[in-house]
Amino acid sequence: MSPDLLKLIFGRLDFESLPLHEPIVVGTFVVVALGGATLLAGLTYFRLWGYLWREWFTTVDHKRIGIMYMILGIVMLLRGFADALMMRGQQMLAFGGSEGYLNAHHYDQVFTAHGVIMIFFVAMPLVTGLMNYVVPLQIGARDVSFPFLNNFSFWMTVGGAVLVMASLFIGEFARTGWLAYPPLSNIGYSPDVGVDYYIWALQVAGVGTTLSGINLICTIVKLRCPGMTMMRMPVFTWTSLCTNILIVASFPVLTVVLALLSLDRYVGTNFFTNDFGGSPMMYVNLIWIWGHPEVYILVLPAFGIFSEVTSTFSGKRLFGYTSMVYATVVITILSYLVWLHHFFTMGSGASVNSFFGITTMIISIPTGAKMFNWLFTMYRGRIRYELPMMWTIAFMLTFVIGGMTGVLLAVPPADFVLHNSLFLIAHFHNVIIGGVVFGAFAGINYWFPKAFGFKLDVFWGKMSFWFWVVGFYLAFMPLYVLGLMGVTRRLRVFDDPSLQIWFIIAAIGALFVFIGILSMLMQFAVSLLKREQLKDVTGDPWNARTLEWATSSPPPDYNFAFTPVVHDNDAWWDMKKRGYQRPLTGFKPIHMPSSTGTGVILAGFATAMGFGLIWYIWWLAAASFIAMLVVGIGHTFNYHRDFDIPAEDVIRTEDARTKLLAGAK
Amino acid sequence: MTVAVNPSTTGEPVFYVADEHPHPEGYSTSLGFWIYLMSDCLIFAMLFAAFGVLGANYAAGPAPKDLFDLDLVAVNTSMLLLSSITYGFAMLTMQQNKVGQTQMWLAITGLFGLAFISIELTEFAHMIHEGATPQRSAFLSAFFTLVGTHGLHVSCGLIWLVTLMVQVGKFGLIEANRRRLMCLSMFWHFLDVVWIGVFTFVYLLGVLR
Amino acid sequence: MSRLKILALLPLAVALSGCNYVVLAPAGDIAAQQRDLVIISTVLMLLIVLPVMALTVVFAWRYRQSNTSARYEPEWDHSTKLELVIWSAPLLIIICLGALTWMGTHLLDPYRTLGRIKAEQALDHSKAPLEVDVVALDWKWLFIYPDYGIATVNDLAAPVDRPINFRITASSVMNSFYIPALAGQIYAMPGMETKLHAVVNHPGIYKGFSANYSGAGFSGMHFNFQGLDDKGFDAWIAQAKSTGGSLGRAEYLQLEKPSQNEPVRRWGTIDSDLYRLILNMCVETGKMCQSEMMAIDAKGGRGHEGANNTLPLSYDKYARRGTVLGPEPTFVAGTCTPDAPQGKTTASITAPVDTAPLLGAGLKRPTFTPLKSSSFFLGQRPKSDS
Repeated sequence: MSPDLLKLIFGRLDFESLPLHEPIVVGTFVVVALGGATLLAGLTYFRLWGYLWREWFTTVDHKRIGIMYMILGIVMLLRGFADALMMRGQQMLAFGGSEGYLNAHHYDQVFTAHGVIMIFFVAMPLVTGLMNYVVPLQIGARDVSFPFLNNFSFWMTVGGAVLVMASLFIGEFARTGWLAYPPLSNIGYSPDVGVDYYIWALQVAGVGTTLSGINLICTIVKLRCPGMTMMRMPVFTWTSLCTNILIVASFPVLTVVLALLSLDRYVGTNFFTNDFGGSPMMYVNLIWIWGHPEVYILVLPAFGIFSEVTSTFSGKRLFGYTSMVYATVVITILSYLVWLHHFFTMGSGASVNSFFGITTMIISIPTGAKMFNWLFTMYRGRIRYELPMMWTIAFMLTFVIGGMTGVLLAVPPADFVLHNSLFLIAHFHNVIIGGVVFGAFAGINYWFPKAFGFKLDVFWGKMSFWFWVVGFYLAFMPLYVLGLMGVTRRLRVFDDPSLQIWFIIAAIGALFVFIGILSMLMQFAVSLLKREQLKDVTGDPWNARTLEWATSSPPPDYNFAFTPVVHDNDAWWDMKKRGYQRPLTGFKPIHMPSSTGTGVILAGFATAMGFGLIWYIWWLAAASFIAMLVVGIGHTFNYHRDFDIPAEDVIRTEDARTKLLAGAK
Repeated sequence: MTVAVNPSTTGEPVFYVADEHPHPEGYSTSLGFWIYLMSDCLIFAMLFAAFGVLGANYAAGPAPKDLFDLDLVAVNTSMLLLSSITYGFAMLTMQQNKVGQTQMWLAITGLFGLAFISIELTEFAHMIHEGATPQRSAFLSAFFTLVGTHGLHVSCGLIWLVTLMVQVGKFGLIEANRRRLMCLSMFWHFLDVVWIGVFTFVYLLGVLR
Repeated sequence: MSRLKILALLPLAVALSGCNYVVLAPAGDIAAQQRDLVIISTVLMLLIVLPVMALTVVFAWRYRQSNTSARYEPEWDHSTKLELVIWSAPLLIIICLGALTWMGTHLLDPYRTLGRIKAEQALDHSKAPLEVDVVALDWKWLFIYPDYGIATVNDLAAPVDRPINFRITASSVMNSFYIPALAGQIYAMPGMETKLHAVVNHPGIYKGFSANYSGAGFSGMHFNFQGLDDKGFDAWIAQAKSTGGSLGRAEYLQLEKPSQNEPVRRWGTIDSDLYRLILNMCVETGKMCQSEMMAIDAKGGRGHEGANNTLPLSYDKYARRGTVLGPEPTFVAGTCTPDAPQGKTTASITAPVDTAPLLGAGLKRPTFTPLKSSSFFLGQRPKSDS
């Protein structure tokens, strides 16, 4: 075939794009391919495709979508953590003239991919998954406001993840750092597909995130059960509301800034170029106007989880509910007024820098108030040290350190000496691992019995906990030290031998965390095997306080046979206290949304369009775009998107539960 | 949400709604669509901000006063404003349940929208022909992107409008279609408001600069 | 057992003693003041962080489930007094820290000229500060000493106790100029100039590097900064002078090409206009300088004729500049005349001509102020040739 024709069909994709010369990548590919083939063969052998498609892929049930988000987050955690191990290994080895085992081409992709994956495809799915699963249950709703949109949002997030994973084996990922600052990310300095993978992965996933934000806001505002006023919402629902407001008010900024960067890269406009009047600094400003709220998008739901867990396991009402709510709202608003603290060193002048430094510090006031509220929730409580509570205590001790170093970095002159150093790396891992990751793990251990009807195994849970916590301190305390020695981030080789010991300690810490992750996988496996022993039939294994524990575990498709009525902040606690009797008769048909495959198909075409644009395969991009339009418009011609669960089915489900409960007594 | 939460006649607290009516279809739609519009508004806000920052960086090339033909833009603006008015008539006839008239007004709205897009494309073609391409300077990049994004929104609105005309023709003015017409109405007026911003901020202030 | 423990700790102890906490023990007055701020802020925050951590441990232990002797009040969830304390305690700390931040940020603003040499030594105004122009290249540092007419790559020296005024820019991508022992960092950005004022108080050799990732050769982008006594500095200058060689525009364009792990290089003479051309991104022949472009833009552009004032780009930095869907890459051509050599802006361009039309009878003619690009959030952007 002529080269022109090849180019027309494949764009700039050719055999050279496959990293066949990189043994590490080829090895990974073989493992992934074998694993994937086994999985596919297994699914085919056990005839699970139809089941997966009908019951999971096309489902609009917020609970199943929530679980799928969690699975996505945990799978991507393995990928992101593999990158972390590679970085720790490289930095540990590359001393005394050694180049380590990664060349710059590879290493620069590794740290970029690590950041992007951990934020967008680990932390975001974990947080979104928990919100998706828990919020409708906590507010006594049957589903979210827009169930189809929920399914579509999830598959768009998957689409983004697929593009990032594809970059590992087809072409390369960006070599620019996780925020892809221009001019480095512009076509002149990054002409390859890496940055295009970055752009389209985030654009595809970003659409999903924005839509799921809109969806959850509507759910919380419109679908609360009777009696649940705003000031009776559980704190997790409050933090979810604020998080989703932040998502809707910040992700469009990311969309725009990436769109402008792609215009620069594809059609040669001059937004962020050096010449022709462009301004790279505008990119830095815009991306942090999204980027700083993003931090709170991640951490606010974690704060909500800790609030639920602390009050449940202390057997006490949450101390200072009102101030907790106001603190959350204040953080939400202030998070838009601090973005410049990410680049004090750009030379904005002393007054601008001090303004942003001081607004940043002000955020620590409501955060500190929250910390005290948790403390005084524990005060005069009866604390049960189940796994979620252990993660919470670890969070409280770890997060204050991260908060302190964060405020320190908000002092501009201090930032001048610590900016971009390993001290900064230690700081944000301290808050993201100590806050978001510990929070997600507390949430997983807390709500797992609700989702599956059995608790998680305690032994492996404790193994995971201790290896994670000890590993975290071993891995990141040395980085604080190195930062004070003036060691900067993203370095590939070092020549001062006295630093090596610290990198070795950090690498050992990373190994500990690795064992922690493996223990967690082990915990899931062991719990699955021991599910009969760990079974909970009450639906309320922790003697908890909020509405999600009022229904069975796992909850029926319709969540609640009758919509609950709420009289108290701790609705379920109140119901238990006042002798609530579960209704046994009078069931009616329940109106529910029906499943649809449109979300999967649309997201599939969006991903294909992204792939076509990355590789300049114009026909693929155009065809996928047209297909999206056609499928999308076609979907609007379907006016029958719901069905009724017949009363007999409800009766059958509820009777089964009555028997279970009777058996448990 | 209006269900009584008072204790029942026996004085016992009520913990569930025994006689439940599901939320009507599209119960959250108008709130959801408003929030979507606000997120879209933020997209325009960012593009306006980019234009604000880069709008005077001509790279020794042409400036607004050399390029903009205010008469043409005024005609263009009136096309869009008129289309908003005719959309308003479509909504009024929809309230009166007149399928044919609603479709007629929608068609007129679509024609005005099409005229708007055509004039805009003519303007773009003229500028590019003169050498004032989006690549020539940061100002032109920001201009083409801001105005082009608005144009793209109007084009999407046109596709949506045609789809709705077909659906109204096929299924009549049923509840779902009324809701959709309502959403498109908000979208259409929103684009009008954004255009007022573009007209003032980009064209009028640009020429005055 | 204990002996084993000590043995295990031995390498750690060795490592600790060999460590150089340069941020905590710097050699320059500015960095020392920044270090002080780091320590004071930390202590201030520990005032609240330590009690919180202690309370966490105490409460977690005391109110454990098995301790039935501890009080249990499941309904207690509010106390106005306590709420006041938990909001006001962090507030007080932040007020102190905020005041400290405001003062510290202004006093230690890198753009601010020095007020003293060190804590016990005032500034000697008779001694002129050392001027150094810094250019971040891919991936090496170019230092130009305009007063001495020399230039070096990856080698920086300054006399002890003499203030240094750095003017910093970059050729292609963003970097950050950082010598931890001397003073905090500041970004080096193409087409823009940042400033740093600092002084070194102790002789010695210190590490300097880029603190902002800039591509493949980033790890090797470091240099030695020498604090020398006056005699040593003179010798260092003389050594550079004696190296010979001249750094002009052609040599710079060669030097600018990406290279990694560059050794030290020196030039005895330099083109005195070079730094200004680099800053204005017009070292290449025929390219319009940023300063000229901004002056033209401030006057309202160059009209229709300007639209086509571009030439095809014939040089390339790494791979390509053109985009797949866009036209061929171009650059804005300079407007040079024999009187106004390439890039030098003439007075008639910089000085605004009063062309504003009268708005009406009796109205005052508006004063002409060129549009400043030093927008609030985008930092100082002095592209002009100051």
